[in-house]
Amino acid sequence: MTQHFLPKQQLQLLIDCLRAEGYGVIGPKVKDDAIVFEELADATELPYGIEEDSAPGRYQLKKARHKRAFAFNTGPQGLKPFLFAPEQELWRAEHTDDGLIFRQSFPAIRPLAFIGLRACDLAALALQDKHFAEGPYPDPSYQAKRQQLFIVAVNCSRSASTCFCVSTGDGPSAESGFDLCLDELDRGYLINVGSDKGQRIADKLGLEAASGAKRAVATRQHQRAVQQQERQMPDEKTLMTLVDKLDDQRWQDIAERCLACGNCTSVCPTCFCSKQESHSDIKGQASSQVRLWDSCFSEQHSYIVGKVIRNEISQRYRQWVLHKLANWQLQYGRSGCVGCGRCIAWCPVAIDLVEEARALCLGDKP
Amino acid sequence: MNYMLPMSAILVKKEQETPDICTLHLALGRERPFVFHFGQFNMLYLFGVGEVPISIMGWRDGHLMHTIRAVGHVTRPLSDLAEGSQIGLRGPFGHGWPLEQLEGRDLVFITAGLGCAPVVAAIHYAVRNKDKYGRIIILQGVKHHQDLLWQQQYDKWREVKDCQVLLAASRETQRKQRWRLGLVTGLLELAEFNPKHCTVMMCGPEMMMVSSLKYLADLNVPEEAIYMTLERNFQCGVGSCGHCQLGPYFVCKDGPVFHYPQIKQWFGLRGV
Repeated sequence: MTQHFLPKQQLQLLIDCLRAEGYGVIGPKVKDDAIVFEELADATELPYGIEEDSAPGRYQLKKARHKRAFAFNTGPQGLKPFLFAPEQELWRAEHTDDGLIFRQSFPAIRPLAFIGLRACDLAALALQDKHFAEGPYPDPSYQAKRQQLFIVAVNCSRSASTCFCVSTGDGPSAESGFDLCLDELDRGYLINVGSDKGQRIADKLGLEAASGAKRAVATRQHQRAVQQQERQMPDEKTLMTLVDKLDDQRWQDIAERCLACGNCTSVCPTCFCSKQESHSDIKGQASSQVRLWDSCFSEQHSYIVGKVIRNEISQRYRQWVLHKLANWQLQYGRSGCVGCGRCIAWCPVAIDLVEEARALCLGDKP
Repeated sequence: MNYMLPMSAILVKKEQETPDICTLHLALGRERPFVFHFGQFNMLYLFGVGEVPISIMGWRDGHLMHTIRAVGHVTRPLSDLAEGSQIGLRGPFGHGWPLEQLEGRDLVFITAGLGCAPVVAAIHYAVRNKDKYGRIIILQGVKHHQDLLWQQQYDKWREVKDCQVLLAASRETQRKQRWRLGLVTGLLELAEFNPKHCTVMMCGPEMMMVSSLKYLADLNVPEEAIYMTLERNFQCGVGSCGHCQLGPYFVCKDGPVFHYPQIKQWFGLRGV
């Protein structure tokens, strides 16, 4: 792959080119003390000089000494809410003169270009693709949104303390699944092209070839991000042994800390559970069927008439972990964890998924 | 098939089976025949209230039949619906009983409780195609004698050649003619079938099925001969919403009828 160089002040040109191609450009911004992905009008809105300080149960933004736009690692959400909306109307039922009729609802879809997604986000996207788009029952709105997506990934130049993508094999640098991929340097960006769509945009940027010195800096950044990761998720084969540990005392131990709030499932970029509700208009003429995010930590999740299958928090935490780390492998060919560390940072009682998985699989005593 | 969008159906007839159980006869608003396997289910939708998964009872006189019990927030108002009303329906979903692959074998049906519709539908099919199969053994357990739905149907099956009907009531103290007191599993010792050349189909509370598995093992029925249908929270019907997972399986899509060896590792465990 040939690498090119885009000077820092030219980042706006990339945004302008994407806009000219018809894309709405989505990128990271600071909002409510967190990094969130929102529509970008201008490159100046990017979080220059911001890093996050994360730890179990902790996420705080801090000012760094540099002026880089992509020095953060993750915000609470990546791509998931854009492709699999937290709330989406599936169809509408209407009483008409011809009787009861059903109409499929399609959300308004416009092409979106994302700037600043990470290797873990792309790995999560590939898993969501398997669930929503590649099975025998594809989700038409997911597919439509997915097809128009343009991805400008950024390789992580540092790792947050909650990151463990090296151990899941998903980062810190993106190897595929992007249209363009950036390595951020102090004075600009190395650009890799990952698709024909990406090449068309790259051609408009008037790029210069990247010097060997710049490429060496990017390599060092990659190595630093790898070395900074403290947490190591056990490998997939080891994680499969979780299915033999259904009766482990550790589940109860975790349940005594876990609030079953479902924060981990909300921030997890691969969690896909949803529930449906019927919302009627006041005249009783029309009713819309709405799909909402759901969490396996709620009692209702496993409810069938007369009983809750997973009544205990220990059973619900076990379901989440067993599914994510072990059964996911049987369903989708790999573990459902991409090492982003969001569930660790956003857990209000600081439960550390990696620590728990290691305790269960390897007998590590934290 | 658009699996996400319901089609409209007219409730042409409602048969009240017991005070809280009724059979809905539905006319589908389309010409094509509705192709399904016994053991599959549909999502029935009541306007403004929501959807509920109901197994398919059968197809008669051009109408689809679903037997429902008024227990949930959808089934209660659905049971109160007047004939002529419209509802929504999407399906069929999941895998049914492998009835076509069982020719020549003895069929053993074990059900308990009121949710026996998926098995009763299969019994109807087996009896209609009696010459394809060996003996047909029907074991049904209920709490009280009067809980048995379709009493006359069981009496008719009793008259069919090579068909054995055994009934048990677990909460009665006086035995009624042709009944036994106790659990459905106790009936297995009276059942006359070839354990080496049979297929067992079960439906009912999981504890009943767990217990039946032990009895069947004692009778030397191989695990490969056992099929069962499971109940879970189904909201999408296609393995997307995630609620119905059992180990690596999405019960709605990979079941609800399972070959026992497939789910053995996960079946009957508490809170899984």
